[in-house]
Amino acid sequence: MNAPQAPQTLNKPAKKLSLKENYALLTRGLGWEPTYQDKDDIYPKVKFEGIKIHDWDKWEDPFRLTMDAYWKYQGEKERKLYAIIDAFQQNNGQHNVSDARYLQALKVFLNGVVGLEYSAHRGFNMIGREFPGVGAAIAAQMQAVDELRHAQTQIHALSHYNKYFTGMAEFPHQFDRTWYLSIPKSFFEDAISAGPFEYIIAICFSFEYVLTNLVFMPWMSGAAYNGDMSTVSFGFSAQSDEARHMTLGIEVIKFLLEQDPANVPIVQGWIDKWFWRGYRLLTLIAAMMDYMLPKRVMAWNEAWDIYFEQNGGALFADLARYGIRMPKHWEQTVKEKEHASHQLWCTFYQFRHAAGFPVWLPTAEEMDWFSVKYPTTFDTYYRPRYEYWRELEEKGTPFVNATLPQLCQTCQWPLLFTEADDPTTICHREETYLGDKFHFCSDGCHDIFRHEPEKFVHAHLPVHQIYQGNYFNPGVDPTAPDFNPLVEALKYMGINPGVDGGDFQGHIDAVNWERWTNKPANMHAPMQTQPPAHTDDRKTA
Amino acid sequence: MTVEIRTQAIKPLRNTFGHIARRFGEKTASRYQEGTYDLQTETNRHYKPLWEPELDIYDKRRTAVQMKDWYALKDPRQFYYGSYTIARAKQQDALDRQMDFAEKRELLRSLPEAAQQTILFALVPLRHYEWGANMNQCYAASYGWGAAITQAAMLGAMDRLGNAQHLSRIGLLVDGNTGHSLAQAKDTWLTHPDWQPIRREVERSFVTRDWFELLVAQTLIADGLVYPLFYQQVDAWMARRHGVGLATVLDHMMRWQDETAKWVDAVIKTAVAESPENRALIQGWAQQWRGAFLNALSPLAEAVMGADGAAALAAVNTALGARLAKLGLEA
Amino acid sequence: MSHTQQPVFIALQANNDTLPIIEAIQADNPEAVVHEYPAMVKIDAPGYLVVKRASVEERLGRPFDLQELQINLISLSGSLDETDEEFTLQWKSA
Repeated sequence: MNAPQAPQTLNKPAKKLSLKENYALLTRGLGWEPTYQDKDDIYPKVKFEGIKIHDWDKWEDPFRLTMDAYWKYQGEKERKLYAIIDAFQQNNGQHNVSDARYLQALKVFLNGVVGLEYSAHRGFNMIGREFPGVGAAIAAQMQAVDELRHAQTQIHALSHYNKYFTGMAEFPHQFDRTWYLSIPKSFFEDAISAGPFEYIIAICFSFEYVLTNLVFMPWMSGAAYNGDMSTVSFGFSAQSDEARHMTLGIEVIKFLLEQDPANVPIVQGWIDKWFWRGYRLLTLIAAMMDYMLPKRVMAWNEAWDIYFEQNGGALFADLARYGIRMPKHWEQTVKEKEHASHQLWCTFYQFRHAAGFPVWLPTAEEMDWFSVKYPTTFDTYYRPRYEYWRELEEKGTPFVNATLPQLCQTCQWPLLFTEADDPTTICHREETYLGDKFHFCSDGCHDIFRHEPEKFVHAHLPVHQIYQGNYFNPGVDPTAPDFNPLVEALKYMGINPGVDGGDFQGHIDAVNWERWTNKPANMHAPMQTQPPAHTDDRKTA
Repeated sequence: MTVEIRTQAIKPLRNTFGHIARRFGEKTASRYQEGTYDLQTETNRHYKPLWEPELDIYDKRRTAVQMKDWYALKDPRQFYYGSYTIARAKQQDALDRQMDFAEKRELLRSLPEAAQQTILFALVPLRHYEWGANMNQCYAASYGWGAAITQAAMLGAMDRLGNAQHLSRIGLLVDGNTGHSLAQAKDTWLTHPDWQPIRREVERSFVTRDWFELLVAQTLIADGLVYPLFYQQVDAWMARRHGVGLATVLDHMMRWQDETAKWVDAVIKTAVAESPENRALIQGWAQQWRGAFLNALSPLAEAVMGADGAAALAAVNTALGARLAKLGLEA
Repeated sequence: MSHTQQPVFIALQANNDTLPIIEAIQADNPEAVVHEYPAMVKIDAPGYLVVKRASVEERLGRPFDLQELQINLISLSGSLDETDEEFTLQWKSA
């Protein structure tokens, strides 16, 4: 190496940069005002929604991660997580979960949530390109790869379960076709098909900030309670990314509201829409928490109280100074929290032959837990129903719903929710648009349609498609005498008819579980099968 | 009563997911395979995108290139998120040590004024080129088809940001953390006559709508010229005059490019081999953008390396030609 | 800057690495309440919560960068501000 020449710049030592300064120097100046192309041609999506941004440099990134720090911390998290996943696989950890009913919740996760994470990845890729501000674009890009992380770590964490249990092998195929999975699929496609500002409010703010705790906090604690080392490790590892996403969400909303008062009513409209769509999506979690966790952490109504009513309340109190109010129909969610999980489980029970996982009735012990957690509703409206269905099962005439449900045009749930003040009446709203009649589960969904009918008329509703005769695989002949539309629809959806769904009692997962672990498939009930005869392979000396 | 757990292993019912088994057979799959193949939705879309209602949210028509199976464009490095971040964290650790050493020993601050000015003129402005590459790779990752190529494009976009920040740090090593180097480099990028042809091409890439063309323009052609020119030719030119102080922090760039080229080459070669139509398309794009970038880099090569500039650029162009020939394109 | 009394919280994985962080938070935030859940620790505070680098470092016995919180952070609530010395959550009043 050459000896240093006369040092012209070596007067004072290099100053130490603070986190803020370092981030600013390494990020802020990277972009520039284009002069050889029209800026509107380079960023064609940022004006059509009517949002006004005057100064992208006002964007504040609280975490101030430069790429080197991102790789360092994320790399460390991945190393730790995959070490656990490896250990889980090597030790057949799938046999340590509380019982085989818990596994069914993992199917909903793999088939319904992985697709969401991947969609979020693609959506944030787009924001990462379409936002003119460097700070905002980088924040979006980091979230984009975080979401890819979540999709992949979920697949990897659950991969081992797929080797032993049904209903997990066709997750991409099911996400595109299974009737109840159009709920999450349409949610994210609604967001991606919207403009970039609506997307970021929908996902970063409404979903990631307001509602995400409801997915992960009780759910991952539930995974821990039920001995699922793989999922709980994934969940907590993913949650640390969520903390960054949440701060992005709150930063986004404040940035938009502070840039121009004209943005306030537009943002409020999006908050209303996406709170409601997000809330409806979360009903799936309500049922999982209350019915599919053999060892329960807390009830849905408790989780909603902590994570929405209290935390959400604090958030909206903070936003009031911008002129933002609580989202429309929030009061209904408070009333519904006493009912939603039960109404959903009753629906899955009725349609269990068309589900990708088996369904069961709660045991007496579990119903007693519900009586305590839902004192104003369970014993009045739901216990009698379950006890009646149990009687029918014991008589050998189990109840099934032989028809297909009416789906909501907006959220795509079956119309299974009741009126806010009358749990004995199904809530059903209608609208005629350009000569066609559309149906909704609630005022919230009806409002969304009314605001954007041109968008929502295109929705692909699986039940409609079945009735229109579109849901069968290529090569199948609908005129053949033995053509069974339900069986063919299930095959089209990637569900194995007569195997994946149906009753938990006698289901292949339950049978295998008991054979492999010698533990009851349902921990609140006796073994379904006879314990295997004890074979002694040891040779005596 | 105790029940003994059987000591023999329980055989799994299946080795992997259905879509993976249909592609690769009933055997244990890799994490890259399970985390990548068939991940993007393909059908039964719900809504027209408000921002482009004549196409779908993901749409094969966003490029003129056609593939029977877009997942044939897999990544030979097998980067999924986990393997990617762990690899980058490890590389960054080593790079941080190099940078710490350079800072402690004032390797760049102690260079003669002329050398420092070369760094600020020739290298630090490339942080903006990297930002442009980040934008372009994001574009491909957004509007491309299938998880295989879009995943690699997006991870690459994060690499470009990392590279931009690395070049910024090199500037800070020169100016002792005042930030003056970055301000000067930006001014150079925006106003210096020898840099305008490059900036013009970069901005033209921003309005290129075919995402595959954009990948060809950016990752095959532009990077295929810019990286060898600045991080081999200029690096060596500086080393001959001023020693290897700069190389200790600059060599990272060429090592990254060599690793990335494995992905770029695999993708281009596969797409070219798929059909004569693909070959004609990609050939046309490669030719057009190569001509444009060669013209744009010519004044810059001369401004940096004087009389040696033209030969350096010619050498780099010849090497690119050899690379293109290996991919089934014209040299 | 004054803050409201609306609750803020930070949730961390329950493991060996977070013990000194939790202790530091308790020492620096007298009104904070620590809740233990399976695999997780959630710390609630009325309106304001601060994690101080120096406090963590004192208990950890090695240099600590507040950005390391990323590794074990599960969730948080409140407006975040991060400097080299302090990681703060609060709901600011109007």
